[in-house]
Amino acid sequence: MALWKPDPTFYPSPREAVAAPAEELAYVAAYDRSATKPDAIAVIDVAPDSSSYGQVVGWTELPYTGDELHHFGWNACSSALCPYAPHPHVERRYLIVPGLRSSRTYVLDTKPDPRQPTLVKTISAEELATRAGYSRPHTVHCGPEGIYLSALGGANGQDGPGGVALLDHTSFEVLGRWEVDRGPQYFAYDVWWHLGHDVLVTSEWGTPSMIEDGVVGELLLGRKYGHALHFWDLRKRRHLQRVDLGDQHQMVLELRPAHDPTKEYGFVGVAVNVENLSASVWAWYREGSQWAVRKVIEVPAEPADPEKLPPILKPFGAVPPLITDINLSVDDRFLYVSAWGTGQLLQYDVSDPFSPVLTGEVRLGGIVTRQAHPSAPDEPLAGGPQMVEVSRDGRRIYLTNSLYGAWDDQFYPDGVGAWLAKIETDPASGGLTVDPNFFPHGDQFRGLRVHQTRLSGGDSSSDSYCYP
Amino acid sequence: MSTAYLVALIGLGAFHGINPGMGWLFAVAIGLQERSRAGLLRALPVIAAGHAVAIGVVAGLVVLSHSVVTSRVIAIVGGAVVVGFGLWRVWSERHFRWAGMRLSAWQLGSWSFLMSSAHGAGLMLLPVLLAEEPDSETGGEAYAHAHSGHIHHHAPDSDATSAAEGGLSLADALVATAVHSLAMLLVAGLVAIVVYEVVGLRILRSAWINLDRIWAFALLVAGGITVAMGVSTFV
Repeated sequence: MALWKPDPTFYPSPREAVAAPAEELAYVAAYDRSATKPDAIAVIDVAPDSSSYGQVVGWTELPYTGDELHHFGWNACSSALCPYAPHPHVERRYLIVPGLRSSRTYVLDTKPDPRQPTLVKTISAEELATRAGYSRPHTVHCGPEGIYLSALGGANGQDGPGGVALLDHTSFEVLGRWEVDRGPQYFAYDVWWHLGHDVLVTSEWGTPSMIEDGVVGELLLGRKYGHALHFWDLRKRRHLQRVDLGDQHQMVLELRPAHDPTKEYGFVGVAVNVENLSASVWAWYREGSQWAVRKVIEVPAEPADPEKLPPILKPFGAVPPLITDINLSVDDRFLYVSAWGTGQLLQYDVSDPFSPVLTGEVRLGGIVTRQAHPSAPDEPLAGGPQMVEVSRDGRRIYLTNSLYGAWDDQFYPDGVGAWLAKIETDPASGGLTVDPNFFPHGDQFRGLRVHQTRLSGGDSSSDSYCYP
Repeated sequence: MSTAYLVALIGLGAFHGINPGMGWLFAVAIGLQERSRAGLLRALPVIAAGHAVAIGVVAGLVVLSHSVVTSRVIAIVGGAVVVGFGLWRVWSERHFRWAGMRLSAWQLGSWSFLMSSAHGAGLMLLPVLLAEEPDSETGGEAYAHAHSGHIHHHAPDSDATSAAEGGLSLADALVATAVHSLAMLLVAGLVAIVVYEVVGLRILRSAWINLDRIWAFALLVAGGITVAMGVSTFV
């Protein structure tokens, strides 16, 4: 039933959202790589004055196995305040949790007990296939008039095209395929938008056959993975423009548009440049009536002794940074960049989006460095900073270490482990400090690997706004 | 035009104007997006025009009814529709999927028309429009006659006489639409400017009560009154 007053976690503008209270719980997608145990949403206490701070305090197991939980999102967020379809009296309470491998999508209710979300609905792979023609659901965003769900694969035996399905945000039924005219778009990955300009943006990874058994060397060196951005008319659901970054820039992944709805720029991370194994971040922006991109950050590969490298990297004698996630603070001031291969989290001041300034760096894990966490200095860490989430006030950053089951196994063949780290920063001056008192890892996650984190009340990548 | 009638038209105009879903919030958003009050002021009349068309459609239907007999039928059927619509508004959480932030004036006006119609803004005015005494002398007498009729149980044939002369004229409908929409525009404009210039959008977080629900109950009341009026003329 609807509320009498707007949900208190909805903010009309990013300026207001920055003043939001600190999160108390973190929800983390945990999955069993062997697909013999059910995946789970782990709930972590993140309130520093709590006695169970940094502990896993809740665990919601799903009814099936083999889902590979990956990204997830809320049923509703600040976009519910948008003036053209206002419905501010719905609640942010359901987590929409897709299984990237099974194509099932779960709806979990966090209201009865926020520490123990309960399963209220399962959207079957068949429903997604029949209604929208998609499989491998990936990213969830709460839009002003429904829930947007990107999906990597096609349905009924088709590898592609991947695209976006629209879900009803009260019944959670799959309403259908979002695209009316998809133009040349075939690969899918992330989706987000500029609400103030009626523009939707999508990025490209690859189809299920290209990713599910690990990265395919021939495809990568043959430059067959995605290397373009797509811009769409959000209202008419039509493809407007494809912007190619160059086919050496393989896997164009996380999209982080400016939160300020009057702005028309954003950032996207590219996993690897096959010419020199570097990774990069690009800014997209409007140039007249067209969209354009510019490389604004490049992180070089780090030379390494082939003896210390996994088989897939031995021929190259270097560790690729592999930028696999980025995140933009709600005030659009700091961009966080995860280099999962080299084990770095980099913080850039992007007040000028075209000339980022490096303001902080933390090393954890890494294919060769295996940098330990300060709370367990003798324990070499596998995996690296991967999914990065930033609190609404911009003070706390949460990192998990698994990328994607089959790919973890290639780059960290002796085991990727499972850990969640928390980094603190000063939203005025920047700089990164690892919180030594917060490090749920290993057995706390019961043998499962951990992927995306969502923060109670919302975070930097959960909400979008219609007012500046 | 009676004072009560004017007060009802203006009051409902204010009620519609104050609802963020009816357009003032959209005007504020346009002003903020363009970083100019001119954008806000440009949007308001367009939104009010769309609202006026939604009201005018219902008023026009009342005019078309022409006779008291059909008015009764319209009152009962229309009232039932309003009640049903109100119930639907209580339970339904539907909204548009085609709109966006960048609308042309024409699209913005259409948005306002559809938003007003879908929320039953015009239907809410039905009891007011049906209850209005016609302006003309004869019409007034006929109305009084019809009213006295149901007390004195006068002969059925006198109904036909009053039917021809009673009801809302086209001019009445236009005036009612204009008065109501002007009140809506003034209130929406006042709220929009106060929010834009003074209090800021933070107010939304605390003051945006669920008007949809109040609105639904208002429709139920309006529909109930309309049906009661229609039934009472048969008694």
